Amino acid sequence: MKMDWIDVGLVADIPPMGARVVRSVDGDIAVFRTADDQVFALYDRCPHKGGPLSEGIVHGRSVTCPLHNWVISLESGVVEGPDQGCATQISVSVDQGRIRLALPRPARAAHG
Amino acid sequence: MRQKLVLIGNGMAGVRVLEELLERAPDRYDVTVFGAEPHPTYNRIMLSPVLAGEKQFEDIVTHDRAWYAQNGFDLRAGQRIDTINRNAHEVVAADGSRFPYDRLVIATGSHPFVIPVPGRDLPGVITFRGIADVDAMVAAASDGKRAVVIGGGLLGLEAANGLLARGMTVTVVHLMATVMERQLDDAAGHLLRRELERRGLAVITEANTECIFGDSHVAGVRLKDGREIPADLVVRAVGIKPNCALGKAAGLAANRGLIVDDRMVTSDEAILAVGECVEHRGQSYGLVAPLYEMAKVVADQLADVGDSTYRGSVTSTKLKVTGIDVFSAGAFGADKESEDIVFRDAARGIYKRIILKQNRIVGAVLYGDTADGARLFQLLRAGEDVSDARDTLMFGPAAGGAAPDPLEAVAALPAEAEICGCNGVCKGKIVDAIAAKSLQSVEDVRAHTKASASCGSCTGLVEKLLKCTLGDAFQAGSSVKPVCGCTTYGHDEIRKLIRAKEMRTIPEVMQELGWMSANGCSKCRPALNYYLLCEYPGEYRDDAQSRFVNERVHANIQKDGTYSVVPRMWGGMTSAAELRAIADVVDRYQIPSVKVTGGQRIDLLGVKKEQLPAVWADLNKAGLVSGHAYGKALRTVKTCVGSEWCRFGTQDSTAMGIALERATWGAWTPHKVKMAVSGCPRNCAEATVKDFGVVAVESGWELHVGGAAGMHVRATDLLCKVATAEEVLEYCCAFLQLYREEGRYLERPWPWIERVGIAYLQKKIVEDAHSRGALHARFRHAVSFTQKDPWAERAAGTAAHEFKPLAEVIA
Repeated sequence: MKMDWIDVGLVADIPPMGARVVRSVDGDIAVFRTADDQVFALYDRCPHKGGPLSEGIVHGRSVTCPLHNWVISLESGVVEGPDQGCATQISVSVDQGRIRLALPRPARAAHG
Repeated sequence: MRQKLVLIGNGMAGVRVLEELLERAPDRYDVTVFGAEPHPTYNRIMLSPVLAGEKQFEDIVTHDRAWYAQNGFDLRAGQRIDTINRNAHEVVAADGSRFPYDRLVIATGSHPFVIPVPGRDLPGVITFRGIADVDAMVAAASDGKRAVVIGGGLLGLEAANGLLARGMTVTVVHLMATVMERQLDDAAGHLLRRELERRGLAVITEANTECIFGDSHVAGVRLKDGREIPADLVVRAVGIKPNCALGKAAGLAANRGLIVDDRMVTSDEAILAVGECVEHRGQSYGLVAPLYEMAKVVADQLADVGDSTYRGSVTSTKLKVTGIDVFSAGAFGADKESEDIVFRDAARGIYKRIILKQNRIVGAVLYGDTADGARLFQLLRAGEDVSDARDTLMFGPAAGGAAPDPLEAVAALPAEAEICGCNGVCKGKIVDAIAAKSLQSVEDVRAHTKASASCGSCTGLVEKLLKCTLGDAFQAGSSVKPVCGCTTYGHDEIRKLIRAKEMRTIPEVMQELGWMSANGCSKCRPALNYYLLCEYPGEYRDDAQSRFVNERVHANIQKDGTYSVVPRMWGGMTSAAELRAIADVVDRYQIPSVKVTGGQRIDLLGVKKEQLPAVWADLNKAGLVSGHAYGKALRTVKTCVGSEWCRFGTQDSTAMGIALERATWGAWTPHKVKMAVSGCPRNCAEATVKDFGVVAVESGWELHVGGAAGMHVRATDLLCKVATAEEVLEYCCAFLQLYREEGRYLERPWPWIERVGIAYLQKKIVEDAHSRGALHARFRHAVSFTQKDPWAERAAGTAAHEFKPLAEVIA
């Protein structure tokens, strides 16, 4: 699939150890910012019961799903600990504080 | 014939080029040096010690006029170059005199970044760049005068420290959440801030300057939040930007700085640039080491030897404040493949973090002990594979890799630190008793000192004291369950240590108690946030990112990601107007489900997150506020109709319920709290399965505590009987405060009561009027800060980012 890098806003728009949502035709995307300002993106669905990962508590390089406390690695989307599953990852690039996501073409961004 | 070399800029970078050139080709050029400052060259990075009074200007002069004369350099200090005439290969000075060149080196350095606020040019507002600024600061500084430093970066903190040393009262205002955030991570930033505050600096973070005010002279700084800080002197130290105006005016390619290639040549082959005025591969530098590396390449070019290139610098920073050791190098933010090695020594105030990527060091942050800085920086620059040395990396090649000792925080407590609050036993008494009477176990300590003999919440601390005192001779395993995998401490120990060591932020607790993860997890962070909130009401800044989503957005998340909204109905009473407003909201926002709850409230289910502020605004208009159905807080006070209507009712239970709810709403608690008031012993409000239940009898009110009707069903214990409604309110607040202070996070009141015993509660709340009064007063103090409708705040725009997407990507 042909991918485009889409600008979705500033790192500064996401609270440290927090997340914001990007709406897309393929479903919501959770964009996370860690305490050390790394940015990761996953489709906003926990592999367990589809919980919104964007609402979880971000710690280290992980997020805890708010519905049933599954812990998902931001780096790989893989569920940590005894549970099994994987959330779908999206490639992120950050340049001069701006976040770009690699999304399937065609797509255009309008800021909310 | 010798060629002509002109150097514009007599700073550290320019002079370094001359030194390097002397080593390579001392006779190749006739050199003319222009400097805007009327001084010989000095070591600009040593301005901080001059400001602090630790050094004199003469001490930091690196090259006096004799040096220039000796080497045949024509120094024109104080002569400013206005124009570069590239076609004629000449520079033109302010006085009109012209100087031809064959090669030109631009080393014009940087300017202080200009903050876009009114009043920045008032007399008494200065920057911190050159010796003239230091002179101005020294002249302005005198005992008792007040200074504000805008900027909590390296430069700002050094300026602040210098002014403090000169007797001023100094406040640093910093835009970001932690000081020196570009060089330090949260943990090191916290340690640094605490040390600076200990020295007497006031530090205000997340402070946005609105203006600098004053009539003929600066009088103070006003922040966007309305705070005003009076000042006789304001120092602007928010950073620097390359000073490349001269080169730009001559048509050289420039961006932020003058653009140079890897040979340090600008877009004009005859012109090179070096130092802070340069932009190389998109990067500009404000530190000395890169300038020196650049100067070598410039000198090679000028001398026409070799084909050396500059490939960018990995930088390291040290804060030049006497007695504070801070070191930072490389990328502490690192990236996806990076790993951390962290060492914390709370007792000695040491924090070290090494960031590895593919077994190579990419960054390091050291606080408190920077002796290893040079070694680590060397390994970082060399890019050596350190996989074989990983175990000893943190401690140097000689050490065997000792793990941080979790006992240290306890060992470091002063002898007078209170361990057992119930019986007033301090650390010294316990340690002395262990030694004097050869105590071997917690039971022994209990018998001899009474510590841990009442509520038991200090048992873990007593065990750790035994371990500290007896060493390996104390073998018993700990009976205390750690809060989570990030720590070895249990809930009660953490709370006591927060108080004993006056820890005030989550990063501080993690640092002091040797947390084993970088920023905790979803178990410990909410707990720490609650404990700090409870310990420092009105003072602690609630950390939204350490809250479960429901408490962060003030609504209950549902399985499909929508939210439920429950408005407060005081004592379960409502009105036609409220019901009409609720009905209108349901229609307007097409809310799919409306449910009456067990706590006598109405639940609106299926509200989308983006709709929440508008839904709340509409509910607010009808006087409806947050029902906190989402919070570890007072949920509901359920009532029966009582003596107002019921033929059996003995007291006005509805009015009592409303009064209780008005008194106690908005207080954060370890877990949710449900209450009820029944108007007679028939108990229609089911008060005896609530956390706090009130049952009216002819002669007054029975107060019941510790009920549950969930997975576990438990009838309440009778706390006591009181005569008046005022007493009900006082006892209830005292009960809630005791629970707030001693219940463990996520522990409902009933397991807490089973743990400490109802007799303990009766002693604190019923028998001891003084204790009850104090608990009641602390509760009133705490809720005075939190009884604000969070819905109204958010409807008015607070935390707006929570309720809208970052972006929408449309096909």
